[in-house]
Amino acid sequence: MATRQTASLARLMRAPAIILLLIWMLVPLGMTLYYSFLNYNLLNPANTSWAGWFNYQYFYSDPAFFESIWNTLVLVLGVLLITVCGGIGIAMLIDKPIFGQGLVRILVISPFFVMPPVAALIWKNMIMHPSYGVFADIAKFFGANPVDWFAQFPLLSIILIVAWQWLPFATLILLTSLQSLDGEQMEAAEMDGAPALSRFIYLTLPHMARAITVVILIQTIFLLGIYAEILVTTNGGPGFASTNLTYLIYRAARLNFDIGGAAAGGIIAVILANFVAIFLMRAVGKNLD
Amino acid sequence: MARAVSRNTKIGYTIAAWIVALIIFFPILYTIITSLKTEQEAIAGFDLIPSFSLSSYETVQSQNNYWRPFTNSVILAVGSTLLALIVAIPAAWAMAFSPTRRTKDILMWMLSTKMMPAVAVLVPIYLIFLRTGLMDTRIGLVMILMLMNLPIVVWMLYTYFREIPGEILEAARMDGATLKDEILYVLTPMAVPGIASTLLLNIILAWNEAFWTIQLTTTNAAPLSAFIASFSSPQGLFWAKLSAASTMAIAPILILGWFSQKQLVRGLTFGAVK
Repeated sequence: MATRQTASLARLMRAPAIILLLIWMLVPLGMTLYYSFLNYNLLNPANTSWAGWFNYQYFYSDPAFFESIWNTLVLVLGVLLITVCGGIGIAMLIDKPIFGQGLVRILVISPFFVMPPVAALIWKNMIMHPSYGVFADIAKFFGANPVDWFAQFPLLSIILIVAWQWLPFATLILLTSLQSLDGEQMEAAEMDGAPALSRFIYLTLPHMARAITVVILIQTIFLLGIYAEILVTTNGGPGFASTNLTYLIYRAARLNFDIGGAAAGGIIAVILANFVAIFLMRAVGKNLD
Repeated sequence: MARAVSRNTKIGYTIAAWIVALIIFFPILYTIITSLKTEQEAIAGFDLIPSFSLSSYETVQSQNNYWRPFTNSVILAVGSTLLALIVAIPAAWAMAFSPTRRTKDILMWMLSTKMMPAVAVLVPIYLIFLRTGLMDTRIGLVMILMLMNLPIVVWMLYTYFREIPGEILEAARMDGATLKDEILYVLTPMAVPGIASTLLLNIILAWNEAFWTIQLTTTNAAPLSAFIASFSSPQGLFWAKLSAASTMAIAPILILGWFSQKQLVRGLTFGAVK
């Protein structure tokens, strides 16, 4: 059925998307790679020269670099821990027969649709603010001293905000997976006297394994790029206490005008993201056949 | 198969689920409540009953010219989505209906472009925008947002198109339908729901994008995400005002989002979880 004519028509239809994405990927990435080998500062562009590996060495020897890599890992793992465990629990709860299930679902997924700057500012000012936030009100109610979240626990505060944003995503995907669980199998296990915990470990968890993997991988991709939440709350501080790799590169490029250094950092970020991407591609690729 | 559950158990689950749901929704709810307070009330301590004053909404619109970022958000989200659809529909169509040996590789490669961290190309994009005068223009951002979401759009459309059974096409051909008839009367009606949900999800993603919009705009082209981010260093009393601006920024997309829950799973997992 696929005549030569339809085959060439198909090629023509595919071409624009492929060419656009090819340009979008190759040109900026190639430029980043090139800049990463230059001494190039926007404050002094006349002095641009070839730097060799200097930018990479400089980035590598900067203590802020390791702190930011560490923060990136803590941020990603912390959010994953909260969202996956919380997501499994909430998904199982919503999956139970309850009154107003549709409305509960809507309430639970809502935070996902809140844009990052709004989410971060709501938490910063309405919830975590040391004098006017709800947490402070609760602390005062119990006679305790309010916590200055962003000064005392900057990274933890950001983890909480980001986890709130991504909990709905994990919940929704795990719920979708849970709803395809075979009810009769579960019932058979129940009739055979399998306790709830064993049913969860041997039936529910294995069934959700694939969805959990997908949640972890997709969230990791997005969590590596957390930016706006840091910008509007802590600005990466105090010091570099809540600076992740994305934010460190942003600082180098936009605040220090260090094009070469920011480009070298960008290449490192690409390498980091690639580790995750390879696993994700395998998980998705398997599903394509 | 619905299992019989005693009424008490159901009530127990219901209470637990509603408590969890209300805790998760609370920050949004409290923002909406605070937006209806006066600034004095907003900082007067915890109170769930506002005075239903609309003054903060008026202040945000008169002082901050709220409609410009709002218009920009609409133009950026809708513009980049339509542009992406124009490019992606033919591509997804071709890959779904006349696949070649390389189709799978092409799709995987498209997905891989989505994995590229935005910050890795911040330097070149920023410099290109500075030098070509695209900085702080809507057209520049529309292009960036379009390219950013193009892989997701192609993927979503592809998974929808693949579900259109080929037999229907054959049957139409047997009945003497021309290619034009085929596309107009057979394929389009079946493709429209998929295209609509792709459109919806992509508008949400573009509306909430907050890296490029902050990097590449200052005032003229700044959408709501960049506008709200500028509230991070406020002067004076501003809790109610911030809440009003936030409520207006998230309300449209919250409502769209509620309608597109199912598509969300499919779109964001690239069809890996359905």
